[in-house]
Amino acid sequence: MTDVHALSGAYAVDALDDIERAQFERHLTECPACRAEVQSLREGAAVLGELADAAPPASLRAQVLSDIQGVRPLPPLAASVPGLPERSTRRRFPRPMVGLVAAAAAVIALGAGTAIVQPWDDAAPSNPGQVSAVEQILDAPDAEATSDRLDDGATVTVTRSKRMNLAVLETTGLPELPDDQTYELWLIHENQMVRAGLMDDAARSVMLKGDAASASGAGITIEPAGGSSVPSDDVVTVMSFENA
Amino acid sequence: MGATGPPDLGQLLKLSGRGDRQAFAELYDATASRIFGLAVRVVRDPAQAEEVTQEAFLEIWRTAGRFDPERGSGISWLLTIVHRKAVDRVRSAEASTRRDTTYHQQNQAVDHDSTADAAHASMEARRVRSALGSLTEVQREAIELAYFGGYTHTQVAGMLDLPVGTAKTRIRDGLIRLRDTMGVGA
Repeated sequence: MTDVHALSGAYAVDALDDIERAQFERHLTECPACRAEVQSLREGAAVLGELADAAPPASLRAQVLSDIQGVRPLPPLAASVPGLPERSTRRRFPRPMVGLVAAAAAVIALGAGTAIVQPWDDAAPSNPGQVSAVEQILDAPDAEATSDRLDDGATVTVTRSKRMNLAVLETTGLPELPDDQTYELWLIHENQMVRAGLMDDAARSVMLKGDAASASGAGITIEPAGGSSVPSDDVVTVMSFENA
Repeated sequence: MGATGPPDLGQLLKLSGRGDRQAFAELYDATASRIFGLAVRVVRDPAQAEEVTQEAFLEIWRTAGRFDPERGSGISWLLTIVHRKAVDRVRSAEASTRRDTTYHQQNQAVDHDSTADAAHASMEARRVRSALGSLTEVQREAIELAYFGGYTHTQVAGMLDLPVGTAKTRIRDGLIRLRDTMGVGA
């Protein structure tokens, strides 16, 4: 992409294909000038809406008003986190609640270059006397934890050990997602969200994949099942490490 | 309720964001024609346009609290949401016949005169058509194909027989002109 800024007009009218859109949205995370320009070009495009007026069927009104019954509006944005795409937000609670999760199963993804003692259930290591990988991180001398409490009482805590180059995410009360969605984890490196694995919504704790030591923070988004290479707008939380 | 003058969309969005269903119903009444109208222009099929509109209003309800009046107008925010959904719908339908035709073989519904058919003879619509008249023909055609046709800029270049990569510049230049002529996006 020789001149990515030149895509701003096409982006403002949704005239980019998926690849270019992903590239441009990544670019937006580091270009305030383009963010401002897209915003103003969208205002220009919006005037075209005056030319396309058509009254919808009356039944649509009833349908829409009924649709919103079970759905809670998302709270306003906190101060924007640098590095997130323009449309992204600091979402406080996920989509319509399917049901709270009670299971205590843990899913741990292997981190790079570290000896993991117990890749299974952290609550009950199958070999007594052995310490699970999660516990090793939590007990590391340089462990630092950051927490976020979501609007409906769910909590997310990420604990990182620079020395071990690992980070573990622990959650309570995160809602179950429908089958076609998954929680995806991200590590933040230089204002970019880098994929760090998927999280089974039954998991209570999960290791983040990738370089945790040099990350400045971590985040969780909701993505289609199988995950996504760029974060969606559906942000559950983004947290910064204290000693980034 | 009983207010004179056009409703303040920013205010209705703010209230909706707090869960005020009455405000949201007012928002619907104030904007559904423009939102559905845009959906129909892009997806063509009225049944699908209804679905797109329904999805758009659901997202509007969910995210109304995120609308920031400092960053743009309410109507632009609303139309951005429905436009994106309408284009996604068109692209996923993979209407292959559309992709291969040139602009001039196309159904002429996107030409300048036809946009007048669909519109009310409102002051605002007249202002917009006049502003469009200040664009070059290529800029106008490129924007119409992109915005109302849902085509990518690469497809637009092909349809208008432009060198690859130049459609995006025409679109950008045209939008700047439109924005400045209409006095929005300051």
